Amino acid sequence: MQTLNLRVNGEMHELSVDVRTTLLDALRQHLHLNGTKKGCDHGQCGACTILLNGKRVNSCLTLAVMHDGDEITTIEGLGSSDSLSAMQQAFVKHDGFQCGYCTPGQICSATAMLDEIKDGWPSYVSASLTDTPELCSEEISERMSGNLCRCSAYPNIVNAIAEVGADKS
Amino acid sequence: MRSFDYERATTVEQATSLASGQHSMFIAGGTNLLDLMKLEVLTPHVLVDINRLDLHTIERNDEGGLRIGALVANSVLAADAQIRQHYAVLSRALLSGASPQLRNKATTGGNLLQRTRCYYFYDTASSCNKRNPGSGCSALQGRNRLHAIVGASEHCIATHPSDMAVAMQVLRATVEIEQPDGDLRHVPLQDFYCLPETTPQCENQLEPGELITAVHLPAPVEKSYQAYRKVRDRASYAFALVSVAAVTQIRNGRFSHVGLSFGGIAPKPWRNLEVEEMLLDEAPSEALFEQAADCLLRDASGHGDNDFKIPLTKRTLIAVLNDAARAGDIE
Ligand SMILES: Cc1cc2nc3c(=O)[nH]c(=O)nc-3n(C[C@H](O)[C@H](O)[C@H](O)COP(=O)(O)OP(=O)(O)OC[C@H]3O[C@@H](n4cnc5c(N)ncnc54)[C@H](O)[C@@H]3O)c2cc1C
Ligand code: SF4
Ligand code: FES
Ligand code: FES
Repeated sequence: MQTLNLRVNGEMHELSVDVRTTLLDALRQHLHLNGTKKGCDHGQCGACTILLNGKRVNSCLTLAVMHDGDEITTIEGLGSSDSLSAMQQAFVKHDGFQCGYCTPGQICSATAMLDEIKDGWPSYVSASLTDTPELCSEEISERMSGNLCRCSAYPNIVNAIAEVGADKS
Repeated sequence: MRSFDYERATTVEQATSLASGQHSMFIAGGTNLLDLMKLEVLTPHVLVDINRLDLHTIERNDEGGLRIGALVANSVLAADAQIRQHYAVLSRALLSGASPQLRNKATTGGNLLQRTRCYYFYDTASSCNKRNPGSGCSALQGRNRLHAIVGASEHCIATHPSDMAVAMQVLRATVEIEQPDGDLRHVPLQDFYCLPETTPQCENQLEPGELITAVHLPAPVEKSYQAYRKVRDRASYAFALVSVAAVTQIRNGRFSHVGLSFGGIAPKPWRNLEVEEMLLDEAPSEALFEQAADCLLRDASGHGDNDFKIPLTKRTLIAVLNDAARAGDIE
């Protein structure tokens, strides 16, 4: 067992965990934050996406003990049921989800993605590596490709992200 | 996952000494290691977390190139202004690999050392000489769509999966390694990986306890055409079936610089000097490109499912060379 401190959604938590505990399992089983989902548990689906020190990562492929002192934001930290974040509202408005299993990871991913574009990070489909990337649907799809969804809510997800991105810029 | 002792290293010396034990491994991003530990393909007794080491920066080195710390995240490296401007092939290769979430965790050192994606290597119920030396190779007579067409042996036909390494090889990168006695050594990336021959479990030149501390890129080839073309089953988020990294330069209608490196076709990032020499100082033409591709694939052999990679590699190389020719003289 190992003890560690995590700041999750702005609140400090001291945890005592088996060293094998992934960050995902620490959030779900120790802190009972069940918004973050476990899909594949192998980095292949994106359901477990959270923000780690502001960057999106798969929480299933990292150990909780590696994150002592780190700052974590889960879907619960982006908004609450009576005050949804802009991205959460846009997903509702555009009907960007169905099963709901993948949605929390997609919303975390989409939220971080807009910051990456703001910082000028290129993607595989950016025509130029040096120009500021545009928020077109091709860019959104590529940047969201780490989050899978089998129900094909994709066009609606792209519309939701495009709307929030346009409002932000 | 089997249990293990977790140690967090705060200095490089501490890291190399903690990892010198027989069943110790470093953990960086964890995106490959934890995947394999969950499946019990790897069962280290001690994990040495190197994330707190001071290896997160990209700096200029003495040769007018860059020193990339082993813990620089793949996403940060791809977005670095210098890399985007002078080493575009590396940025493109990184951006073609994995997903944004994984790239935020994946590190320069860990990416070089990621293991093959051979399905049988991942499945502990299968025979696999790489995972369990001497047990046989299930891929030879099995599913081998992802497997090698050059450089393999009858003991193992797995490919190295890294896109980043293919681009680093074409850029003539060198791996900086800290030994447990505190000395540094530098190995050209091109000599870093081993071919499987009779010992597919040995994949690279690292000795027990040795830590990759950085990768060095030499000064950029100015005014070059740089491209990374990756062919895969899906448009995104998939490993390469075939990839080609190119750094070329055309002066007065002839190739004045040719660097080519191939992914997805061999147990390591693949390079063929004869092909590069064949193109150098020549004027681009379809006939020349055909000849170069045939030379590259002269000794290639498929294993059934992956036979298609031979014509695919040929066409991908020719397409990249045509793009380079079209980019033309760069002044
Ligand atoms: C779903 C999925 C898709 C992917 N797609 C691609 C793809 O398309 N292209 C691609 O190239 N990659 C792909 N990857 C692989 C990914 O890029 C690697 O997992 C990642 O780069 C490994 O880096 P890491 O820091 O997480 O390594 P870790 O998992 O921490 O370590 C990997 C290995 O390197 C060793 N190690 C780490 N750092 C050092 C060091 N400094 N010195 C010595 N040893 C060290 C570890 O002991 C371990 O053996 C994919 C991964 C997943 C899960
Ligand atoms: S190809 Fe190599 S890694 Fe795959 S089963 Fe054969 S020996 Fe193992
Ligand atoms: S649960 Fe982490 S990526 Fe699928
Ligand atoms: S939202 Fe879960 S499958 Fe589409």
